[in-house]
Amino acid sequence: MSEDVVALSAAQAAERVRAGELSARELFEVYRDRSASDELGVYLWVAEEAPEVVSDAPLGGVPLAVKDLFCTKDVPSTSGSRILAGYTPPYTATAVENLVRAGAAMVGKTNMDEFAMGSSNENSAYGPVRNPWDTSRVPGGSSGGSAAAVAAGLAPWAIGTDTGGSIRQPAALCGIVGLKPTYGSVSRYGMIAFASSLDQCGPLTRDVTDAALLYRHMVGRDDCDSTSLQHPEEIRLPSSESLEGLRFGVPPALLGEGIEPGVREVFDATVARVEELGGLVEEVDLPSATHGLSAYYVIAPAEASANLARYDGVRYGLRSGNGDLTSMYEETRHDGFGAEVKRRIMIGTYALSSGYYDAYYGRAQRVRTKIAEDFREAFERVDLILTPTSPTVAFELGARTKDPLAMYMSDFLTVPMSLAGLPAISIPGGLSDGLPVGIQLAGPAFSENRIMEAAYALEQSIGFEGVPR
Amino acid sequence: MTDFEPVIGLEIHVQLKTRTKMFCGCELSFGAPPNTHTCPVCLGHPGTLPVTNAEAVHFGLMIAMALDCTVAPRSIFHRKNYFYPDLPKGYQISQYDIPLGREGRLGDVRIHRVHLEEDAAKLVHAGSSGRMHTAEASVVDFNRGGTPLVEIVSEPDIRTAHQAGDWLRLLRATLKRIGVSDVNMEEGSLRCDANISIRPAGDSNFGVKTELKNMNSFRFIERGIEAEVARQESILRDGGQVVQETLHFDPSTGAITSLRSKEEAHDYRYFPEPDLVPIAPTEAMLERAREALPELPAARAERFERDLGLTAGTAKLLAFRGELGDFFEDALGADGQVEPATLANWVTVELVPRLGDADPQESKVEPRALARLVELVSAKTISQSAGKTVLDVLAAEGGDPERIVQERSLAMAGGDELEGIVERALEANPKAVEELKGGKAKAIGAIVGFAMRETKGRADGGEVNRIVREKLGL
Repeated sequence: MSEDVVALSAAQAAERVRAGELSARELFEVYRDRSASDELGVYLWVAEEAPEVVSDAPLGGVPLAVKDLFCTKDVPSTSGSRILAGYTPPYTATAVENLVRAGAAMVGKTNMDEFAMGSSNENSAYGPVRNPWDTSRVPGGSSGGSAAAVAAGLAPWAIGTDTGGSIRQPAALCGIVGLKPTYGSVSRYGMIAFASSLDQCGPLTRDVTDAALLYRHMVGRDDCDSTSLQHPEEIRLPSSESLEGLRFGVPPALLGEGIEPGVREVFDATVARVEELGGLVEEVDLPSATHGLSAYYVIAPAEASANLARYDGVRYGLRSGNGDLTSMYEETRHDGFGAEVKRRIMIGTYALSSGYYDAYYGRAQRVRTKIAEDFREAFERVDLILTPTSPTVAFELGARTKDPLAMYMSDFLTVPMSLAGLPAISIPGGLSDGLPVGIQLAGPAFSENRIMEAAYALEQSIGFEGVPR
Repeated sequence: MTDFEPVIGLEIHVQLKTRTKMFCGCELSFGAPPNTHTCPVCLGHPGTLPVTNAEAVHFGLMIAMALDCTVAPRSIFHRKNYFYPDLPKGYQISQYDIPLGREGRLGDVRIHRVHLEEDAAKLVHAGSSGRMHTAEASVVDFNRGGTPLVEIVSEPDIRTAHQAGDWLRLLRATLKRIGVSDVNMEEGSLRCDANISIRPAGDSNFGVKTELKNMNSFRFIERGIEAEVARQESILRDGGQVVQETLHFDPSTGAITSLRSKEEAHDYRYFPEPDLVPIAPTEAMLERAREALPELPAARAERFERDLGLTAGTAKLLAFRGELGDFFEDALGADGQVEPATLANWVTVELVPRLGDADPQESKVEPRALARLVELVSAKTISQSAGKTVLDVLAAEGGDPERIVQERSLAMAGGDELEGIVERALEANPKAVEELKGGKAKAIGAIVGFAMRETKGRADGGEVNRIVREKLGL
């Protein structure tokens, strides 16, 4: 029975539970046991017992994997960092609370790049996560644990966070669906902050329907997050089979060198498929988008340098040093942060320093504004923008750890949407040498319904046989 | 020898008396057990976010308006980054290049800016020194952390220590009057730093300034500024140069010591706070703040002086202690007969010492009773000194002055009674009578004094005088 249950999508499982054909508790136990024997390094914490769930709740008690960046009351929440080892928050993140209220049952907390800084999950203080398609390869990051959990059937679905691509890129590398929603549509309250103006949480799922269902129960204005907004539309479960009349923009600026041939091939095939399904494809100009990565790697570290200042050994988490204040600060942060986190704190501190602010932070913000304008103009001509999600397929563990710039290139195609606060989804487009290739669909703010309808139509047509088990 | 002119600007931090903290729902407290008014937000737990307190914005707008500032249509918060154990997030949320209000004025001093921010927590150091680097241990009480603060920065328009003290008293009275803060310097709800430089008189350039930190009483502020001006003068007269630094004034020794110099100054790496949206006051918010403003002390003092004929000193005394001004105006309204200046003197000279620091509204003296009392004295129904006795009774027990006068037989002695007393006084002081007749006018004092003693102060000195002279045919 266990394998049968695992074959169900989350939406299907929820339906079965609600119809009384499946016990939520048994379902939870199947996944809990699978999670407990995880050999991919996906989980940092696994629940011992199934939580009580109202049987007719819309999410039916279907287990949920939660990125360790979300604060969960009395459950360790480390954001992949040694500095938060053993930290159990006194409260739960709004997004998690919303899902639990809708009937989600948290089965575990997933591994991630420390403080969401990374594209391979190798920056976790708790060891790497392996890609279930090829365990010598990375799952992507920073939500690598959540993506691998879903791909490996260690969870029916998961939530993660995306600052510059941290949901979409691991979803692409693991052959699953990942949605980065419109900035502000899901509350950030309880998400351990990396870069506040960019961080956004969203679902990682096996298919588009699951993504829509999970996202539906995450959204909402939250009084605890002043930057959150009420979504103007009800989130629908998608049903379109055709792309008739939809206009798709392909930005040549983002499709130049650096895109692997195998990725390019799957992308070109997808473009052809879009046209077959009735979509209209044209080129769109995003002249500033190529500068997105540079702007991102100033803005995100700048915000991070302030967001991570609270880890000082005074109130919670790791405390090192000899009892003297300066030593406590220095030793705690020396021992508690990994190399990439330190690198970004230094970059961010430098970028905000007196005399450099305008040249770095100020200029990056102007680029950000330009990119948002580019998208606004593009969306006057097209409904959606289509790109690959990641320039490459999953790479070998260790392949980029010595070269931060090569690692940063992983975000080249996802960062522009993050800077503009726009929603984008990654769906599996096919395989390249046996490894998944993700296709990214982006739209204007709050166009998640439109994005997911189109993604669903493509998904049905592609018929990606995903889950490697 | 060159004459030097001090140039002084003040920076004032005011704790707002909102119900809750600036960015979370914890209630404000003073004197509560340590760390009992905290939550994940004001402790800076991971993942928490600030939410701006609407009442603090309202109070901030009231202050900006009371200080005649231009209110920014969109002001924004910044993060001010520095490490210190009393700062749980590692940054303070404050306002930077676009404050809530700017370009205002209070009295003779222009206001540079008014902005909102959050207070730090309180550090307590174990050990004799009371300072962190020599303490055996330091602990943090986060109750105060996150208390809403308004920072008010004046332009460098102040020229003397005395003027600084006066202006600060006006500011304090204004803030108290509009009801946004307890403005208690000892408890720290009003804190003042002074930026001080001196320059040759008549020069328009500024000298190098120093910042004198956290003086917690009006007296210390005046003394601190005087001491610092004197220190700078002696440096310049000796041919030296003032160094830009932050200083501490020790009121017990009068000594000024350096806290940090400019070379050690922080780079706060300000940047816009991404967790908060701008403060964009709507017309309704502005209207609400405007309507919440009562008549301000400066305007009230001017009105007392102009319309009621009070002296400048008395007018200020009443207007700057709003509750006294209210009592005075209530009394004035209760009895239309009483002469305002006389009533004002009774309030400031007689009532105030009997109240101490207590709020007159809570004393047993009714405004109407005081007005009636003053009228009895003015009409010479009772003497000045009997009036004071009546006020003693009113302050202790309350009641109606006329009844007190009656019960205690305090009415002015007059007619046959007074004639009789004067006759006895003449008989009892033959020597004085002789001297008086001999032209020594002063001698009348003994006779009047006798009559006053006999009546226990119920006699009008002028009247006694008149009767004496009449009886002696002078």
